[in-house]
Amino acid sequence: MSKKTDALRRFSGWVNGETAGHAAVRREAARIEHKKLLPELDEQQRIRLFSWQYKLVALVVCLTVVAVLLYTVFHLPLFGDPENPAVNEVVQRYVEDGLEETGAVNMVAGMILDYRAFDTFGESSVLFLAVTSVMMLLLRDARNIVRDEDVQEEHERVIERQTSDIILQKVTSLVMPCIMMFGAYVVLNGHISPGGGFSGGAVMGAGLILLGASFGIDKVRAFFTMKTFRRITSTALLCYAASKAYSFFTGANGLETGIPLGTPGAIFSSGLILVLDICVGLVVACTMYGFYVLFSRGEI
Amino acid sequence: MSIIFELLLILALIICAIAALGSRRLLVTVVIFMAYSLIMSIIWALLQSPDLAITEAAVGAGVTGILFFMTLKKIHALKGTKDE
Repeated sequence: MSKKTDALRRFSGWVNGETAGHAAVRREAARIEHKKLLPELDEQQRIRLFSWQYKLVALVVCLTVVAVLLYTVFHLPLFGDPENPAVNEVVQRYVEDGLEETGAVNMVAGMILDYRAFDTFGESSVLFLAVTSVMMLLLRDARNIVRDEDVQEEHERVIERQTSDIILQKVTSLVMPCIMMFGAYVVLNGHISPGGGFSGGAVMGAGLILLGASFGIDKVRAFFTMKTFRRITSTALLCYAASKAYSFFTGANGLETGIPLGTPGAIFSSGLILVLDICVGLVVACTMYGFYVLFSRGEI
Repeated sequence: MSIIFELLLILALIICAIAALGSRRLLVTVVIFMAYSLIMSIIWALLQSPDLAITEAAVGAGVTGILFFMTLKKIHALKGTKDE
């Protein structure tokens, strides 16, 4: 137990960036304390032994992992080899009939949002679950208030108001529209060009984070509050569920939607893929921004 | 020409990985990690997967780094800032 607490203390000292002098003082204090408790053990010697063993074990583990990974890499089949086990009738079907069946020029979008739309539904739900868990842990509401944190919060707000970085703000106001436009473009063109819901949503979320970081979260709160967050994420997920959850019962087979696929390459084409892309993009953007705000402020 | 560029990128990737392990300041480690993600996104673009490149640039070089910064701020490990 004493060994463990000592390692923990040294680790926290290192994380807090304590200088060597501080660490020495603390170690001295710990040594005296330990001498009182366990007079027969020489603390200095034990620390040296522990760090030596630790380094040895870490080296052995690292080398083992490196060896296993290199061994596996050298036994993988060659990239693009027609004899590869991954090249089977599934790939052939996707490549040959994908455009005709899904109407999406971007084959990846056709795969993940049509043939395997149910998997993508699971991924979006995982994101939603992650942001819900972060909210449960970090959201500061009536039942989760600590006075120290409130004082610190106020202090940080004062600092934020005093130090407005003019360069950052000007650059943000220039770059911000381009970022949001690019994110929206990537989402809306997901079935035509590379990209799609996740990439575009991540770009838009990063743009929101940039806005919150440079102008303060209160500026973002003017148009993006907890209410908007809840409405957007749950509506997007419910839309997705309404259009694809049935495949749980049909064994991941798609049903005929009756929506015309349109001309491949046009923006209104490929049936439900555009709608699903928008849903995924909204969930991802809200989740990214939600993570940032919950980590920094504890409220959206 | 392009093979030299790719080899340079991979070399920079390895250097970034080792430097992130070696640096003592956590802030510097996160910045190096973001540089690693940026190089990785260029490599994705060279490997002809632009969608992965966009995602890597937005998530790896942007959002993950910012979440790391927030965590470091929460545990008061950012040296030289005003909230210390």
